[in-house]
Amino acid sequence: MPIVILRATMNFFANKRVAYVLTELGQIALLTREVIASALTFKVAWRDLLYQIYFIGIKSQSVVIVTGAFTGMVLGAQTYFQFHKVKMDTATLAVVSVSMCSELGPVLTALMVAGRVGAAIAAELGTMRVTEQIDALRTLATHPVDYLVVPRLIAAQIALPLLTVESVVVGIGASYLVGVHILGIEPTYLWVNMLKYTHDVDLAMGLVKSFIYGGIIALIGCYKGMTCGLGAEGVGRATTEAVVYSSITILITNFFLTLLMGKLVGQL
Amino acid sequence: MIEARSLEKSFGAQKILDGVSFRIENGESVAIIGRSGSGKSVLLKHLIGLLQPDAGEVLIDGENIVGMNERQLLRVRRKFGMVFQGAALFDSMTVAENVAFALRRKKKFTEAEITRRVTFALEVVDLPGTENKNPAELSGGMRKRVGLARAIIYEPQIVLYDEPTTGLDPIVSDSIDKLIIRVRDHLKVTSIVVTHDMRTARRVGNRVLMLHDKKIYASGAPEEFFASQDPVVRQFVDGVADKKVI
Repeated sequence: MPIVILRATMNFFANKRVAYVLTELGQIALLTREVIASALTFKVAWRDLLYQIYFIGIKSQSVVIVTGAFTGMVLGAQTYFQFHKVKMDTATLAVVSVSMCSELGPVLTALMVAGRVGAAIAAELGTMRVTEQIDALRTLATHPVDYLVVPRLIAAQIALPLLTVESVVVGIGASYLVGVHILGIEPTYLWVNMLKYTHDVDLAMGLVKSFIYGGIIALIGCYKGMTCGLGAEGVGRATTEAVVYSSITILITNFFLTLLMGKLVGQL
Repeated sequence: MIEARSLEKSFGAQKILDGVSFRIENGESVAIIGRSGSGKSVLLKHLIGLLQPDAGEVLIDGENIVGMNERQLLRVRRKFGMVFQGAALFDSMTVAENVAFALRRKKKFTEAEITRRVTFALEVVDLPGTENKNPAELSGGMRKRVGLARAIIYEPQIVLYDEPTTGLDPIVSDSIDKLIIRVRDHLKVTSIVVTHDMRTARRVGNRVLMLHDKKIYASGAPEEFFASQDPVVRQFVDGVADKKVI
């Protein structure tokens, strides 16, 4: 008898959880549709868009540069330790470059920006919701999606590819310096091999991914903020969920994007 | 003209409105009173489409706004101004930017015209010279006045006030009451004031509606309403707590 009750209870909570996840996905899909409709009708406030590019792009540079530099250096060192065993030292930077361009650059940049910007967006919009500022916008005949979501989404989709390029360049540069000055790799072959094995398509893959991740960060941050529960607890939970959900979505999406784009460019 | 027909609204298992119906003519000033938690603010938000009822209709100038999507509602909301209980000023903007918000969104006005209108609106609410202050620097009463200036600057036909004097001292409450009357008389707007402040209800309303037990329980001109001998009305007007509350 207790097992029957336990099973019924577990089913109840599992069903509730599935219903919750499906509802959230459905609402994000509806928000995406609304955002696309708004963006296509050019209702964007340019002043707000520029401010958001400044906030998401310019202000995220320090964290992105540090992440890119240390990831490049660690990756360079680890690759060298393995390649040195088979006398392939000068291929180190090529591995770093391809990894940074197509995978690590876009993913790590997006994860750092999700932590900084996704949280800030959810907290700002959540506070606006709790203090009725979003309702005030609506009473002033302004659609919250036009005014709050679209500028953040476009700004994130412009800023993320630029930040990714910055992260990749810094990562490769840092890895080069570590390889040449600390590990003693011959610089000319290191550089030539990197250019030989890094293709345009690697960078293009990274840029497409970062454009999509920018959308994910802004959409989830805005959605969580605009639908947050009441009070300080609601804002806190929305902020945490925005970061966790965007990070997980980025990591899962990255796998499928890699497979899809690999197929498209004939690497699979 | 605003008309509510058999409005019903529940949050989860809790029913808030159960068959609320009333009609407010253009130019009327109506005070909606009721105990805390009786659903006054919920009712007010239904009138401007911030909440959608579970059943019933809300007609604005004969047009049913129930079931309209957010974009369709934007057109209807241009007729409204709303003053929120906590003022709901945009805290990332100055007072002038808050007040000018609706005008800037319309993109019909020059900066000089916007500045002139903002200055005038702030004078109407007795807050001249506060243009460059941030909302955080203002007192509760000042914030509500800025909220009122923001709501009337684009000359709406209907102004909704959600608890305009709650949490304010009697002198500031008196000034807000006078301001509501001034806006009503000068701009000839329809005013709907949700309040549980009896003095505000008596002064600003041409008519008083009382929300009780999820319905409109009583309605009438202020003199007639406040003279009522109905025990529920009397208890609320006199501010007598239930024995079980004591």
